[in-house]
Amino acid sequence: MDILIQQLFNGLTIGSVYALVALGLTLVYGILHIPNFAHGALYMMGGYITLTMMTKFGLHYWIAIFVSIIVVGFIGVLMERLVFHPLRESPPIQDKIAAIGILLFLEAFAQYTWGAEYQSMPSPYGQVVEVFGLTLTMQRILIVVAAVIVMILLNLFLRKTYTGSTIIAMSQNREGANLVGINTTRVAMLTFMISGGLAAIAASISAPINLVFPGMGQLVILKAFVIIILGGMGSIPGAIVGGYIIGFSESLGATYISNDYKDIIAFFILVIILTVKPTGLFSKGGH
Amino acid sequence: MSAVLNKRNIIILFVLVSLVFPLITTNTYLIHVMTLAFIWMIGVYGLNLLAGYTGYLSLAHAGFFAIGAYGLGILTVKAHMSFWLAFVLSLLITGLLGLIVGLIALRSKEHFFAIYTLCLGYIIYLVIDKWESLTEGVRGLIGIPAPQGFGPIKFETEKSHYYLVLFFLLLVILVMYRIVHSLSGRSFIAIRNSEDLALTIGISTARNKLTVFVLSTLFAGLSGALYASFVRFIGPDIGNTAVIFDMLTYLIVGGIGTLTGPLIGTLLVIWLSQLLQDFQQYRMLIFGPLLTLLVIFYPRGIVGGVTDIYRKRMAKKEKQLAGKKDSYIQSDLGAKNQVKEG
Repeated sequence: MDILIQQLFNGLTIGSVYALVALGLTLVYGILHIPNFAHGALYMMGGYITLTMMTKFGLHYWIAIFVSIIVVGFIGVLMERLVFHPLRESPPIQDKIAAIGILLFLEAFAQYTWGAEYQSMPSPYGQVVEVFGLTLTMQRILIVVAAVIVMILLNLFLRKTYTGSTIIAMSQNREGANLVGINTTRVAMLTFMISGGLAAIAASISAPINLVFPGMGQLVILKAFVIIILGGMGSIPGAIVGGYIIGFSESLGATYISNDYKDIIAFFILVIILTVKPTGLFSKGGH
Repeated sequence: MSAVLNKRNIIILFVLVSLVFPLITTNTYLIHVMTLAFIWMIGVYGLNLLAGYTGYLSLAHAGFFAIGAYGLGILTVKAHMSFWLAFVLSLLITGLLGLIVGLIALRSKEHFFAIYTLCLGYIIYLVIDKWESLTEGVRGLIGIPAPQGFGPIKFETEKSHYYLVLFFLLLVILVMYRIVHSLSGRSFIAIRNSEDLALTIGISTARNKLTVFVLSTLFAGLSGALYASFVRFIGPDIGNTAVIFDMLTYLIVGGIGTLTGPLIGTLLVIWLSQLLQDFQQYRMLIFGPLLTLLVIFYPRGIVGGVTDIYRKRMAKKEKQLAGKKDSYIQSDLGAKNQVKEG
């Protein structure tokens, strides 16, 4: 029973990280209808920038995360401006290839700048606490709390502010949004900025319990894709629910099925979903 | 000048040069690199047939490459089969798996297909990596035999191996040429341009797509099996996503959806990588942005770019000859060229 609860909490931790990454991915998909394969590279950059800020510049953990959000958000904006904007009228296969190009570049860049070895991120929240007989590290609690706060803030931003609702409007109908006077270019840039920022937060809070290395984004991004297909491409609640579903099934699967194959579970779910419903669950409209 | 560089002449030139290449150089290293390039070309042709002609970007082809390689490796090393029997069987296995995967995966489209195949490729990689009793896991398979000879012909030297791989490559090019210039090839292009339209004019899109998918996985498997017999050691890394990204780079640089693109792209990128030796592991610092830039400015790669320039010049010449009055004929000619290129 203890193991079960412990694993459920682990699932909650991983799920929070997945949900944050998937949120960024789903926001971009909602606006531009491109699966951003380079999103995992943004996640990886987020981890490295936080790490560098802490070790090289001696900044505090939170300030380092803040810098990382800004920098990665800016990389996201650059991506939109330089690559996805010129390609907005092209056939979909080209967006994907361009995104893969960015991904390859960023990974090689990280390897060139920071080296290929695995690095651990020191965290000021390494201490162990006992809650209701469970041994938890502060960092894991922090991940869950921070993720929930970020999700609530994002939701408030999207629902309650004017700028936020322009994003929703554009994801509902691009031409329509343009007609009522929304600057779609600016909204696209803003969305990429938020998406990059979310990836940076996810990487920075999860890096202390995982590790930082050039390929750290690969598995996470694949799972984020599974999540947004599970939750519906472009759907925000779907990304959050999907993130936790994958998080729980992975941590439970690792304990009760096989630790070796735990990474396959998410993909297995995806294969089953797309086998049954080729357009993904909860897909809007039909072709 | 450009008229000389049409695809048939490029292929003929390529065949001639590659036939005499081992006679000119005695450097076995060069022959080794060339053979590897040929092996990759076969896989890239597989990718090209699917992504270039029907517009379905499959990111699982590194997986099928690995299945071909491991099929051969396991059948010869663990099951002690004779080489050519294992070779044929490994192709059959790849094709069969391709058929099963294709039946399911091709129901999804565009982004879903790309994501589906990406995840599938990862599943194949993980299975190879973790299924130690069958694949030896991270240790890899060692001691894969070289191809058995036929009578007096033996494939033990680098040179003979080179010609063997070249033979298969030419076979693949021939098959590609026949497919692209047949009615089926036209159907594939119709599917790429608009699947709904193709369906309404009576093309069975499902069957055509499945045929292409199985064929392209066969090419990938063939490429993998040849790789295994040439390098004679395989590890799970050959199924990694990095491999599919390499293949994609070759294809995009050369020209996606063109017949000569895989030849030119693979040769160019592989030799460039060889020049960048010390820089090998960081080569994507250059090729990554190159991929992105090409897709933005020359979506059909070098071959497509050259063809476009050539076509523009033709149109200009035509204009000068016909004067301004006959713009109708000129646009008609342009359309003809468009169809020819496919």
